[in-house]
Amino acid sequence: MQRYDAIVVGGGHNGLVCAAYLARAGKRVLVLERRAEVGGAATSEEVFPGFRFSVFSYVVSLLRPEIIRDLELPRHGLHILPLESTLTPLPKGSVKGGDYLAQWSDHDRNRRELARHSLRDAEAYDEFGLLMHRMSRAVKPLLGMVPPDPASLRPRDLAGLERLGRYLRSLGKDEFHALHKLLTMSSADYLDEWFETEALKATKSASGIIGTLLGPRSPGTAYVLLHHYMGELDGVFRAWGFAKGGNGSVSQAIARAARAAGAEIRTGAGVSRILVRGGRARGVALEDGEEIRARMVVSGVDPRRTFLGLVGEEHLPAEFAAAIGRFKFRGSSAKVNLALGEAPSFSCLPGTGDHLRGAISISPSVEYLERAYDDAKYGEISRRPYMDIIIPSMIDPAMAPPGKHVMSIFVQYAPYHLNGGWTDARREALGDAVIDTLAEYAPNLKSAILHRQVITPADIERIVGLSEGNIFQGELTLQQMFFLRPAPAWARYTTPLAGLYQCGAGTHPGGGVMGASGRNAALAILGRLG
Amino acid sequence: MLKTTPFHERTAALCASHAWRRWAGHVVASCYELSHEREYHSIRSAAALLDISPLYKYRVSGKDAARLLDRVATRHISTMKIGQVAYTGWCDARGKLLDDGTIARLEERRFRMTSADPNLRWLQDNAHGLEVEVEDVSESVGALALQGPASRAILDALGVPGLEYFRLCETRVRDTAVSVSRTGYTGDLGFEIWVDAQNALALWDAIVDAGRPYGITPAGMLALDVARIEAGLMLLDVDYVSARKALVESQTSSPYELDLGWTVHLDKQQFVGRTALAAEAGRGPQWQFVGIELDWDALERLHAEAGLAPRVPSAAWRTSVPLYARGGQVGYATSGVWSPLLKKYIALAHLRSRWAAPGTALEMEVTVEHRRRRAAARVVKKPFFDPERKRA
Repeated sequence: MQRYDAIVVGGGHNGLVCAAYLARAGKRVLVLERRAEVGGAATSEEVFPGFRFSVFSYVVSLLRPEIIRDLELPRHGLHILPLESTLTPLPKGSVKGGDYLAQWSDHDRNRRELARHSLRDAEAYDEFGLLMHRMSRAVKPLLGMVPPDPASLRPRDLAGLERLGRYLRSLGKDEFHALHKLLTMSSADYLDEWFETEALKATKSASGIIGTLLGPRSPGTAYVLLHHYMGELDGVFRAWGFAKGGNGSVSQAIARAARAAGAEIRTGAGVSRILVRGGRARGVALEDGEEIRARMVVSGVDPRRTFLGLVGEEHLPAEFAAAIGRFKFRGSSAKVNLALGEAPSFSCLPGTGDHLRGAISISPSVEYLERAYDDAKYGEISRRPYMDIIIPSMIDPAMAPPGKHVMSIFVQYAPYHLNGGWTDARREALGDAVIDTLAEYAPNLKSAILHRQVITPADIERIVGLSEGNIFQGELTLQQMFFLRPAPAWARYTTPLAGLYQCGAGTHPGGGVMGASGRNAALAILGRLG
Repeated sequence: MLKTTPFHERTAALCASHAWRRWAGHVVASCYELSHEREYHSIRSAAALLDISPLYKYRVSGKDAARLLDRVATRHISTMKIGQVAYTGWCDARGKLLDDGTIARLEERRFRMTSADPNLRWLQDNAHGLEVEVEDVSESVGALALQGPASRAILDALGVPGLEYFRLCETRVRDTAVSVSRTGYTGDLGFEIWVDAQNALALWDAIVDAGRPYGITPAGMLALDVARIEAGLMLLDVDYVSARKALVESQTSSPYELDLGWTVHLDKQQFVGRTALAAEAGRGPQWQFVGIELDWDALERLHAEAGLAPRVPSAAWRTSVPLYARGGQVGYATSGVWSPLLKKYIALAHLRSRWAAPGTALEMEVTVEHRRRRAAARVVKKPFFDPERKRA
């Protein structure tokens, strides 16, 4: 029987990042992935002949640049192409019916566009951007910090708290006030303090609700807004990108880096149990009965599946098991992937153009988003959902046959806990709601569709294994962040079991194809994290 | 995608160089001819016509118009006479400069304010409780600068009445309603002419027509940049950072630190930043904004060591260049150019106050054949060039 230093359970991007770092440090590492391909929720598949879909996650921005550098991911095939704009088409019959709001990366172009809607907003935009930039800078060091537990008196936690305190004191008055507001307010309220253009507020507030079962008027969503602002490419804040080849190429590049560093990766090897004896993780048992021993086990799967599934409550302190049981997932997002015979043409800006090379956001007003949430709050699919759309083939033509296109539609809300449960019929009803809504803005859409793939939270759970289909391995809300992620006192990537670690997005700092959890976990294991 | 100015039809036809640059979201000519040299000389020897439409312009009107501007600007505004123009800065509550521009009193209750950055929100936010209307007229008003010794004669020929320095009148130029102010950004005799955008081309044609016998020359931003440095005039985003855009406190500057103390009227009861500025006036500014002149012999020597004749920048540079005294860095220059008129290499610079007195010996970093060297320089009085005709 082979003996490993570490077994990483789950070949998602965080597991692979963790494995790569451990392997680079000379550890003998084995990654076990249940599916036939690594990547977890970051995969690209040819779902329809000639069309490649980023099946689940679809953009990168939060992927930590230090990971790209440390693991030399460009050498292993990663190329992140910029997404430079956001188009918010406005519905016919509204005040600005048939118009649109675009946000461009070029300052002058952006100002000119915003000034069409509000001269004040055009001016506020720069100041808001500057404050968010400063806030991102202020929060950024926290992302790399192993979260200290304020209730602990251990020297390590006290030192961490002291560092955190010193850091917070070093913030200017304005930053500190802004941080307080961002931590307590709803994204809609926060944005109301800045802007008057509905579509602008809605489109910005949308990033505060992604992946949560909360609406833009729910307190605490302002922080998630900032979390998404921290997207960083080449040191430029607020830059979103698309990985050439789809998000699967992110996982593939990390996997190649891990292999190059000596890690072993086995696919089609689902873990059924983490072997525990004497309060210590000893290895894993696979679904086919094979047992593999290792000095430590690092779980990249979410906290619920790790502890309540693979470990088992009987091996855990009752309080801890209860905390994990309370950890909220509540998946609320779905995905619709389309193969298109031609590019969509939006009534507000007909034809193709650079507006199709960025994100397209169906978020005409805060009220629209809040109503979409109202449906979900009571267990229904949003009749008119929020959508974040990209057309990958516009950025990377190799994603589809020449002249044809793929469209990736992130949809919210589609609650995991749907009244009556998810069925094939409900899945198709969701697909219809999405297409019908979108066709109001892009009339040629329906006739252009060659193939449609609809993925519900239940599908995400079934296929990828994310509990309740939550894309962040647990809601990214304040009561589940920092030292509380995933459970009080166990936020340092360690667990109540010796030799068992966590490296998934269910740990600080959370999801978003960041890789930070995987890297932090590896550094914590290697004793290199403060 | 970028905006064009109301004069674009004319300027585009003239722009043989195809050298355009951006200014406040507009495209404007860097130079019309292949080099900006002749355009610069026309500013100093004849008359140059510059399209300055991208300036932000606000119409401030109503019963409390003067009160609003007094609340915002560091200078006295209420006491301005009708037809008077004032150059001023405005600050945030910490007394740090947000922007600078001119305020013209067109009528008792009507003003026009110009600025380098957008200021609508700032003006509106400060107008709480006041009976005043602020309108952004940046796009509906076009503007030309007619600058140079012959500029007065050209306007005379067009029937524009004579104007004293920093005075303005509303008049007609060949049936086009305009306002003309005796202002400019060149430090020379000059005027700025403001016109409704739809009449812009008629105005251009009239001025070019009347100016032809006087050698009028369209001039672009490169020529203007040389002239404004000679005139010792600072530029937002180049020579200073607006407190609104500063990423860190040390990037901000007070009017005193920018040699604008003369525009700060502390005897005015209240204006934004007054408390902080009064405190700073008491203790004196930490930094000063000064003129620097490089020592020609030193430049010549450094180049000679590399086997070269001295090289000087014919177009203005806009980067931060370290200044040293007694071996340590004591400041930085932000704009510099070879003055074709003065035959001097000059720069605008920020210096710690104790090194800012005229005559102080400094060194400025210069790169000679890929190597960083230090050339002797000294602090001199601004403006570098200050002809009598400017005010006469």
